[in-house]
Order: sequence, then C-alpha cells, then structure tokens
Amino acid sequence: MSTTRPGIEVRLENLSRRYAGVTALDGLNLTMAPGELVALLGPSGCGKTTALRLVAGLEDADGGRVVIGGQDVTNVPANKREIGMVFQAYSLFPHMTAMQNVEFGMQLHEVGVAERRKRAVDMLELVGLSAHVNKYANQMSGGQQQRVALARALAIEPKVLLLDEPLSALDARVRARLRDEIRRVQLEVGTTTLFVTHDQEEALAIADRVGVMNAGHIEQLGPPTTIYSRPATPFVAEFVGLTNRLAGVVKGGEVEVRGKRLPLVKPDSTDGPAIALVRPEAVSVAVDADVSAGPLTGSVISTVFLGATSRVTVDLGDITVLAQMPTSDVGAITTGTKVRLSLRTDPVLIARDEKAATEA
Amino acid sequence: MIKGRRAKLQVFRVAAFLLFGAFFIAPIYGMFEFSTRGNGVNAARTLDNWKAIGTYPDMVAGIVASLQLAAITSIAVLVVLVPTMVWVRLRLPRLRRVIELISLLPLTIPAIVLVVGFWPMYQWLGNNVSDSILTLSFAYAILVLPYAYRALDAGLGAIDIKTLSEAARSLGAGWPTVMWRVIVPNISSALLNAALLSVALVLGEYTIANNLLYPNLQVSLVSLGRTNAGVSIAVAVASLLFAFALLIAISFVGRPRRMRSEVA
Repeated sequence: MSTTRPGIEVRLENLSRRYAGVTALDGLNLTMAPGELVALLGPSGCGKTTALRLVAGLEDADGGRVVIGGQDVTNVPANKREIGMVFQAYSLFPHMTAMQNVEFGMQLHEVGVAERRKRAVDMLELVGLSAHVNKYANQMSGGQQQRVALARALAIEPKVLLLDEPLSALDARVRARLRDEIRRVQLEVGTTTLFVTHDQEEALAIADRVGVMNAGHIEQLGPPTTIYSRPATPFVAEFVGLTNRLAGVVKGGEVEVRGKRLPLVKPDSTDGPAIALVRPEAVSVAVDADVSAGPLTGSVISTVFLGATSRVTVDLGDITVLAQMPTSDVGAITTGTKVRLSLRTDPVLIARDEKAATEA
Repeated sequence: MIKGRRAKLQVFRVAAFLLFGAFFIAPIYGMFEFSTRGNGVNAARTLDNWKAIGTYPDMVAGIVASLQLAAITSIAVLVVLVPTMVWVRLRLPRLRRVIELISLLPLTIPAIVLVVGFWPMYQWLGNNVSDSILTLSFAYAILVLPYAYRALDAGLGAIDIKTLSEAARSLGAGWPTVMWRVIVPNISSALLNAALLSVALVLGEYTIANNLLYPNLQVSLVSLGRTNAGVSIAVAVASLLFAFALLIAISFVGRPRRMRSEVA
C-alpha cells in the first residue's frame, strides 16, 4: 500500500485572530512533532476551530506565523498548503462516487491516471471501504462518508492532516469505532495530525498530546494521562473529567476540607478560603449503618452503572458529592443507603472563586 | 388498505394531469386549428400558413434574433450571477439581502417604466457602440434577473457550498476549479431552470423591444398579425411548442443521475 510522506514538524507561533472585537485566538503557541497527533480540546468558542482553520489557510491570521516543515506558510493560499482536511459537516462532493472523490485531489496534483487509481483503491481499502468505491455520498452512511473524506484527505499525501470534529455528527457507537480507526490509519501513515474536538473522551483516547484550550489560548498541553491526573489549572480540572467542588480553607500548603487535610498541587498558595477540586475516583464510599452526624457522612441519592465502574451520588446535607468506584464494590449501596465518605490524600487543585476562573 | 389508498392517489394524479393538460392544450389546440384552416367555409385543413413562415424574411429575422437574444441573455445572466452569488454566500453573507433586493427590483418596475429608463441609454449605445438588436440582451439581462436569482438561490441553498468549496480548496483547487468542478455540477438543475426561465422570458418579450424599436419575435408576430393572422398564429404556436419542448428536455437533462437506493 502507498503511504503518505514522513511526518513533518508544524509550529503555530503566537497566532492571533479577532472577529468584530472578539478575540478568538490570543497568541496561540503550539509545536507538533513529526508524525504526532495533537488534539485541541475545549468548549465552544475557545478558538480551537479557528486555530485549525488558520493552519488550513481557510482564514487569515491577524498576527503570528504558521510554519510547516520549516516553511512559513502564513500567507500561502489554502490550495497551495498541501494540507488534508476532514470537516465536521459531510463534505463529499455529491456528484462524484467515493472513488472519484478520492481521486479529485490527486487529479489537481497531476498524479498520473494509473497511479491515481491505485492510490485511491489503496486509500479506500485502508479505511475499509473497498466494497463501496462506486457509491455516491447519498448512498453511504455518515460514518462511511467520513471515512471516504479521510481517505480523500490522505490520498494527496498531505504535509499535515487536519480533523475538525469529524465524529461529532455520528452516533455514539460509530463514533467510537471510527475514532479508533482514525488513530490506526494515522499511525499507519505517520502524518502529523491536528484533531479538534469538544469531546474529552475522544481527545484523551486518540491523541499523543492534548491541548486544553480556553479563551483563545492553550491552558495545558500534555499527554492524556497528565491532563487527566495532573491538571495544571482549575479550568482543565473541571473541563476534563468530573470534579467535586468542596469548600475548604488553605493553610500552610494544605487545604482543609470537611475536617480532612489534603496536600495542594501548588503548596505555595496563599492562605484563606478556597474551593478544592476533587476527582470522583479520589472519593471512596463505605456503608455505615451507624452513621452519626459528621462532615463526610450522608445518604446515597443515586447510583449509576457505567460498566466496570459505577458513579454514586451522595447527599452530605449542604452539598452533593460524586464518587466513582469499581462496580464490584458497590454491593449493597443503593438509593437511601447511609454512607461515610473518605477523601484520598492526592494533591488537589484549588479555585478561589465560585466559577473556578482563577487559579490558586 | 394501503393498496386502496395508493390506487386513489393514482386516480387523483391522472385526473389532475388530464385537467391541467387540457387547460394548457385547449388554447394551443385552438390556435393550431385556426392556423390550419383553409379558405372557405368547408375548406380542407391546410399547412399553408406553416409553410409560409419561411417566406416572411422579417419574421425569420425576428425568430433568429430572439433565439440569439435568449442564448446571450441566459449565458450572460448565469456568468454574472453565479460567481456573484457564490462569493456573497462565502465571503459577504451580510450582503446577501442587499443582492437579493437588487435582483428582485426589476419585478417591481413595470416594463414600460424600464423602457423610459433604457431609452437614453440605448440612444447612446446606438450612436456610439452598436444599434444591433443583440444589444437588447443588456435590458433582458436585467429583466430576467429576479427569476434567475430565485432559481439559483434555491439551488445554492440546497448544498453546503461553504464546506464543499473549503474541502476542494484544501485538496488543491483554485477558485475557478471550485466553481467549475464542484459548485456548477451540484447546481446543474438550478442553472437549467434559470436558463429556461430566461429563454422563456426573452422569447415572449414584447414591450421593451417594441418601444426601443427592435423587431424581435413578438414584435414581428404582432406586425405580421396585422397582414396575415394565420401565419402569425402558426409562428406563435411554434414558439410555444418550442418552449414546451425545451422545458421537457431540460427536465430530463436536469434529472439527478442517481437515486437514493441504499443507505448502509
């Protein structure tokens, strides 16, 4: 099978973009290693799609540079950048078959007929659509269309592959399957890839590194495990995964939460009231029929079966707390069960205001 | 139950088709009958009027001029309107309402008022550029603008023009390629509809041509009708049949090549 060219380094240097007074990108910096898959993750309006469109050349930057393979392409038009892109909306040309769609870009790059056909067949085989080469877009499902779009983008042997929420229009089962397939294909061809999504599960599952974006800049960039287990800011902690917000008091490099002292990720935080951000898996639940009134005792509101784990919601009187535990440990815990919670002494992040907008 | 409902629907369809068919055919039949009458009360049917069309050089010139005008106007309107509408949708969406308003404006102005505006322009054109009847295509392009705009707007609204053009651009297509190989094939029905409306309007136009003193098909028809009503009606029937034939041809050409047959 024909493969794409070796991965190329991509650098976004101090990129900025404003729309009618609103800052979409605020000095974004990102360096992608050759062959790396970086996911930009963030809520709507955080600037992740804008960043991707600036790399593609579909929009012009107000400031900064896009450097691909050492070449400054900031002012190069989109059709000269040699970039493959898969869009959120279905983008197959409706008047062409799957095969013709994949051949389209190669035709424009003046690839010979025989080579073009061979590469198109290879690419469609790579995405598992050998049996659908002569189908039109309206004869294929959403997942199949996106796979053809992926094959079409890769067929031109792009320097960079850009994926703009390609799975968001698909149902959950197809989404999970196609997500794995995209990763398999990306690893096979080795193209440097920028993947934009608002789905944290998708980003954590697929990427070599995840960049969590907020208000036009990257709050934290790192491997998925680091992003999840060692969030650098309250925003990241709250956006990636579920988080309990527990009121406490910072004192001497620790935060006291409901009678329990927890170490801080940043021990030099100033003393005073704060909100501790505690992951549900750092909360354990013990059944205690003889529950006397205490800061970490309460009754179960609900249990949600998630497969290998279950999520238990406990009412402590003034606040509800989420705990995640192995399903095998749930046992007799049901709605109304009196329980006692304990907090694991992992280092925690704190937020100073109600919205967790500021960092400790 | 369902079978019975389908049969009823089929009967309704056939009845509606016959009714509307009669509505259109009856006047044409009347015209055809008139154009094939022989001289005298019990005279046999004759095609003399039809055969005589070619013997009126002014009539032939009018027909040729109108066909040329129809072709030029259709092409000119499409060439100007399609790229403009695509560009406005992609880059200047805020101007869409303005363009729509400008395009629909000719609908609100009576043809005779347009003539008053065109008159000095055509006087200048006649003195300085050309007094050919084909210059009427400028006026006709404005006249057909609202109809062509509506047809094209519906076609462009049916496809995701932004995503398709961005996908093509990312694959290496310049703007001409995007237009010619991606957008045009996907709005072919709309283009044909716009062209048909333009042709039909130009073939039937009388007021502007007559007042600007250009002998197009309709002006020649009226003129001939004063001396030989039979030939005049024969030409009118022929032009109507031509428009119908064009409509049917276009509806076949514009039919999608593929039908939704399977969704995996």
